Amino acid sequence: MTIRRAVITGLGAVAPGGIGVDAYWKQLTDGQSATGPITLFDPSPYRSRIAAEVDFDPVAAGLGPREIRRMDRATQFAVVAAREALGDSGLESGAAPAERTAVALGTAVGCTTRMEQEYVILSDSGRDWLVDSSYAVRELYSQFVPSSMAVELARLAGAAGPVSVVSDGCTSGLDAVGHAVDLIQEGSADVVVSGGTDAPIAPITLACFDAIKATSPRNDDAEHASRPFDRTRNGLVLGEGAAVLVVEELEHATRRGAHIYAEVSGFATRCNAYHMTGLRADGIEMAEAIRVALEQSALAPDDVDYVNAHGSSTRQNDRHETAAFKRSLGEHARRVAISSIKSMIGHSLGAIGALELVACALAMEHGTIPPTANLREPDPECDLDYVPLVAREQPVDTVLSVGSGFGGFQSAVVLARPDRRFP
Amino acid sequence: MTSTLADGAAVVTGIGIAAPTGLGTSAYWAATLAGESGIRPITRFDATRYPVRVGGEVDGFVAEQHVPSRLLPQTDHSTRLSLAAGAEALAASGLTAQDAPEFGIGIATASSMGGFEFGQRELGHLWALGAQHVSAYQSFAWFYAVNTGQLSIRHGLRGPGTTVVSDQAGGLDALGAARRQIRKGTAAVLAGGVDSALCPLGLAGQLSTGELAASDDPRGAYLPFDRAAAGHVPGEGGAFLILEDPAFAQARGATVHGEIAGYASTFDLFPDGPDADGLLRAARQALADAGLAPFDIDVVFGDASGRPDADRAEAAVLVALFGPNGVPVTAPKSATGRLCAGAGALDVATALLSLRDGVIPPTVHVREVDPGHQIDLVVGEPRRPTGRLRTALVLARGHGGFNAALVVRGPATTAAAPPTSPANPGPSRP
Amino acid sequence: MATRELTIADLTRLLRSAAGEEEGVDLDGDILDTDFATLGYDSLALLETASRLGVEYGVTLTDDDMEAITTPRALLDRVNSTLTRS
Repeated sequence: MTIRRAVITGLGAVAPGGIGVDAYWKQLTDGQSATGPITLFDPSPYRSRIAAEVDFDPVAAGLGPREIRRMDRATQFAVVAAREALGDSGLESGAAPAERTAVALGTAVGCTTRMEQEYVILSDSGRDWLVDSSYAVRELYSQFVPSSMAVELARLAGAAGPVSVVSDGCTSGLDAVGHAVDLIQEGSADVVVSGGTDAPIAPITLACFDAIKATSPRNDDAEHASRPFDRTRNGLVLGEGAAVLVVEELEHATRRGAHIYAEVSGFATRCNAYHMTGLRADGIEMAEAIRVALEQSALAPDDVDYVNAHGSSTRQNDRHETAAFKRSLGEHARRVAISSIKSMIGHSLGAIGALELVACALAMEHGTIPPTANLREPDPECDLDYVPLVAREQPVDTVLSVGSGFGGFQSAVVLARPDRRFP
Repeated sequence: MTSTLADGAAVVTGIGIAAPTGLGTSAYWAATLAGESGIRPITRFDATRYPVRVGGEVDGFVAEQHVPSRLLPQTDHSTRLSLAAGAEALAASGLTAQDAPEFGIGIATASSMGGFEFGQRELGHLWALGAQHVSAYQSFAWFYAVNTGQLSIRHGLRGPGTTVVSDQAGGLDALGAARRQIRKGTAAVLAGGVDSALCPLGLAGQLSTGELAASDDPRGAYLPFDRAAAGHVPGEGGAFLILEDPAFAQARGATVHGEIAGYASTFDLFPDGPDADGLLRAARQALADAGLAPFDIDVVFGDASGRPDADRAEAAVLVALFGPNGVPVTAPKSATGRLCAGAGALDVATALLSLRDGVIPPTVHVREVDPGHQIDLVVGEPRRPTGRLRTALVLARGHGGFNAALVVRGPATTAAAPPTSPANPGPSRP
Repeated sequence: MATRELTIADLTRLLRSAAGEEEGVDLDGDILDTDFATLGYDSLALLETASRLGVEYGVTLTDDDMEAITTPRALLDRVNSTLTRS
């Protein structure tokens, strides 16, 4: 029996600083930060008042009035990204059999923006515990269940195979692509529309992230607030956006002459079973996920040309992750180029893993590694090559992308050339 | 840890249940066989102002008895129920983190609305009182992955973890995800789903689907496949199972309750349209995955929407697979309400208990099965078939077009000789 | 704003409600100089406790405070010095 392999044949992105893959890639390789003061609502009551917002006009992005009314902002992001990815892959609705087309969408907080807006209406601005359901919009349920986001993508892609949302906190985007690979490998689908989306910049998110002091309070220097691996980092900067990757069975893609960006050659996730928000310093579970993902790829640590880090810019994460790289990659951890694009586009929770994988695929495509912006004073405890400030031109054949999430999730994805030589 | 079985079977070695008809597996099973109903007037909040006032609440759940004090301030009701059911499943299987290789036990849960009551409360704190009144635990207590994280931490499960959201199909999808992990080399997985959104905002959301029955009568509101079917009632609860690699379970001497023999998931682009064939495709694929033909199925645990058109569509699937009245069908969820992400896992747990004891639990409250459905619905009393009862098909549909089907085989025939099905010639024949 | 003093009894009540009580720990015993970590409280528990202190007593604890305070006595001293001043 031949092993079914999963490759990426389409990319789409809605990101802070750029809608569409080209604008997104330019943003990243220019090393430009897209973080700034929050404009979506008045953030003055909050400790952290900065974020990386998407400059998004749903009408300009091609959405119709019904779609705009029906969908939360995050769902709109996902639909726009999916349209681009499907177009890029040449697999617009109907191009592949519906039964063999699947959806695996990651999200951490679902339709949280719209959920909060509807809550405010039904509860009379929080005054009524017994909300008045007579004010409910028809599509209220869809704002409460993130599965509605997968429904929209399925309808867009004409998918009648397995359809689901993968919600593993901040590893959702990586895990959704990992799930897509599973569906391809086991034969449940030939094409999977996968990725991640979130639009968490809402009062309730700011309030609870303030309460745990996860977000950076560097309000007077928003542009430089997300500074992964920097000695002076003081928290993550919230972001938003979506990325969609069309993951396809290799033979299926080859037969129709599709452009192949990369093979998703390995995916593994492990739980740290330690703390809902905290990380153990040794990075042992992330290291294990990396080890397994490389093993699945039949690749050695030395083969990795670029590591796309989680690099969330919290004190704890960046050290945890550095430990995990040293543990899993050995001496190669000191040689390999590592960067965190959260320095530029912030941390968009369930979307970021997919946005990072799009960046990884583009790094392979263009031979360019996006930098870690705002890294000016390296933390002595984060002593690896984090490609500070400026993008680096370099052939990239193998990429490792990692993520870490509330709940204890630690995930690793490996992208490689499908025509690489196997040992 | 690598499975030695090429076909990737997963056996069930533990069950934990939190349901409106019983907290704990034995209480639940006794009440289910007795045809007791867990549908009562909603007590969690004053529901009198809403058009739906009955539901399935887990009765007599005292959180302090199941959840450590340190976790109480940071957990939603649904997470507390999950912690109770998860702990029961692990205890029943005798499995602890120390029994497996370092990353050998994974976790897969299903969610639909997350820790919704917690979320409503904190939204209220924010909007009525101000940002400084929002709990630090809101950063994770309401989100969809919370039960995966809390159960993993509570029991030291460091293998692969995931959370699937596909509405009411999610419970089966989580078990499917767990079996996939076992196929990829994980020794055991705690899997299932427990859901609860019985708070005012959660009810408002469910009301907006138009699928709830507007009735005050606990015995007459949810009547799946009945002539008088007019929607369903909401419920809370669900189940967790321990799935294991058969070789691992055998090596540690675990008691096997049965096997997840087949599973499939599909989507309907137009779920209410005449061409919706997703449930039928899911059932056929799950049967093929199990190497079985419809003939081999001894009982079906139906999705049992309670909406006339959806009941009709499910009945048509059953007739297409089994012929008119071709297999006993039951819906114990008639006594719990629809549990969303908890439903599939609870139905699989119920199916395993049914196969263990050779008895099919009844569908309650239904008085007059719509004859147009042409299904053999087990109503009123439990049924003890005179023939074999060893294989069950469980069906689930989620709002928006999700379908899942799962085949369980009872313990007597697990890992047994080639199946008898003509559709599957077995390895010994050409 | 409140002019009352935060007592150890007030603090244990707040801790119980904000973060529960670790098994095997007696919050009603002599805990004044016991590390919060030994009492079973992690940083998340202390953040939630600090947040409730802010709501009930109007005392804002800075990041530096949170890092420096490791025992109930230190927390009481810090809060009461603010309450006395105000």
